[in-house]
Amino acid sequence: MNASKNETVLELQDVETYYGKIHALRKVSCTVRKGEIVTLLGANGAGKSTTLRTISGLNRASKGSITFMGEDITGKQPHEIVELGLIHVPEGRRIFKGMTIQENLELGSFTLSDDSERQRRMNHVFEIFPILHERRNRDSAMLSGGEQQMLAMGRALMTRPKLLLLDEPSMGLAPFLVKEIMRIIIRLNKEGVTILLVEQNARVALQLASHGYVLETGKIVIKGDAETLRQDESIVKAYLGD
Amino acid sequence: MSTLDIILQQLANGLILGSFYALVALGYTMVYGIIKLLNFAHGDLYMVGGFVGFLILSAISGLLGESWAAIVCSMVLSMLAVGLLGVIIQRVAYRPMLQAPRLSILITALAVSMILSNGVMAITDGEYLAFNTDLSFDGLDFGNVFISYTQLALVVSASLLMVILYLFVNKTLYGKAMRAIAIDQDACKLMGINVNRIIAMTFFIGSSLAAAAGVMAGVYYGSLHFSMGFVIGLKAFTAAVIGGIGSIPGAMLGGLVLGLLEAFGTQIPFVGSEWKDVFSFGLLILLLILKPTGILGKTEIERM
Repeated sequence: MNASKNETVLELQDVETYYGKIHALRKVSCTVRKGEIVTLLGANGAGKSTTLRTISGLNRASKGSITFMGEDITGKQPHEIVELGLIHVPEGRRIFKGMTIQENLELGSFTLSDDSERQRRMNHVFEIFPILHERRNRDSAMLSGGEQQMLAMGRALMTRPKLLLLDEPSMGLAPFLVKEIMRIIIRLNKEGVTILLVEQNARVALQLASHGYVLETGKIVIKGDAETLRQDESIVKAYLGD
Repeated sequence: MSTLDIILQQLANGLILGSFYALVALGYTMVYGIIKLLNFAHGDLYMVGGFVGFLILSAISGLLGESWAAIVCSMVLSMLAVGLLGVIIQRVAYRPMLQAPRLSILITALAVSMILSNGVMAITDGEYLAFNTDLSFDGLDFGNVFISYTQLALVVSASLLMVILYLFVNKTLYGKAMRAIAIDQDACKLMGINVNRIIAMTFFIGSSLAAAAGVMAGVYYGSLHFSMGFVIGLKAFTAAVIGGIGSIPGAMLGGLVLGLLEAFGTQIPFVGSEWKDVFSFGLLILLLILKPTGILGKTEIERM
């Protein structure tokens, strides 16, 4: 891979985050470069989602710094961070149930004022996820888990992201759907979207990523390229067991 | 009067009353929908809206008289002013309390309600103010049934405001963002939506609808009093719960149901109009027992 020579898109330096009194992240540092797929692995409660929530501004870093495309985004509001092109697809999809698929996608382009551009982007999303086009006027609550994941990703794509944070996109999906989502992640990456992928399913994640980090109780304990991580006995034991 | 006449007359009365309830209930339900706050000060914004409308009407009556044009003008200005007041209240009193326990913000809302009603009481010495208009007493005369043009105009204006609100909420991006915030605030932030700004906008819209109802009530009843927000606040809350709190069509429906119920309730033999509150709150109790989510409300899991 030649991606490692490219410019840094996202850099975390010694980031610390608290949930009330719980010290959720301890000195987390990581780097994502342009065009890469980087994965963040770890068990339940290791701090993977918190890392993403801290990057996107939903949680506040109490120490350390987060830099996106050369700009310090530590302490910025989530909606300001979105405008810079950093989009977070949260755990559990969090689509707007009770609203139609089309409305969900429109809200994805909230920051955009140009309606024809909105339509262009929506067509692009429909081209990637034809099933969403078919059901665009349906209540999104009626979608299956896989379709909801597609909608969540499609909604994020409406902003034309430079960096996409994906939190457990494979969660709860049947194997053939996991493959479908993986294929789409690769396609998006080829279209130029840099991706930070959080997964519990390390086997899947290490197939996609060029390199990864392993979190344990809020600390990064291992980092390396995907090939090395795949070979690492302890990771295989801890996270590839299933 | 024949039975049909009575039905028609009470239908007219009920629609007018119901329009006021619906306009006030909309603000209640919208605010509850996005920040889960029962804004007890909302009825007082209706009252303040009436007084502001009165002040503006007095100020411009030299220019326009007390005609329809002047009334529409003062209604619009009162909506803007009270909408702004609602935003300020939200910013100063409620926003700092959003992370606090639910009870704290409820008590804050009660305090705001007292400040508004006692403030107006102090200014007006607790007196009734006559809301004078030059509107004609003409109307549609169907023999025993009489509907004045004023009544007709009030129902039409209230309906127009509700249609505009409906279109805004369902057809515009900002309206959709408002609905989305009621569903999932964090997800909205991740879409680039400035949640605080949408909450402020919701307070603006809700408060200005209450102000519109307040001015309309001034025109309809011909007088204003600092305590007029109290009962309508309770009624609007009842209407919002009947329709399903958090639901915008529910608030409109709940308001109309309540207005019609009170109008027709007065026709039950030996029961006078002073019993109308009993019907409203009786229906509320019945509904809370039989269908607590309201007519159009969705079942949701309460997370306290």
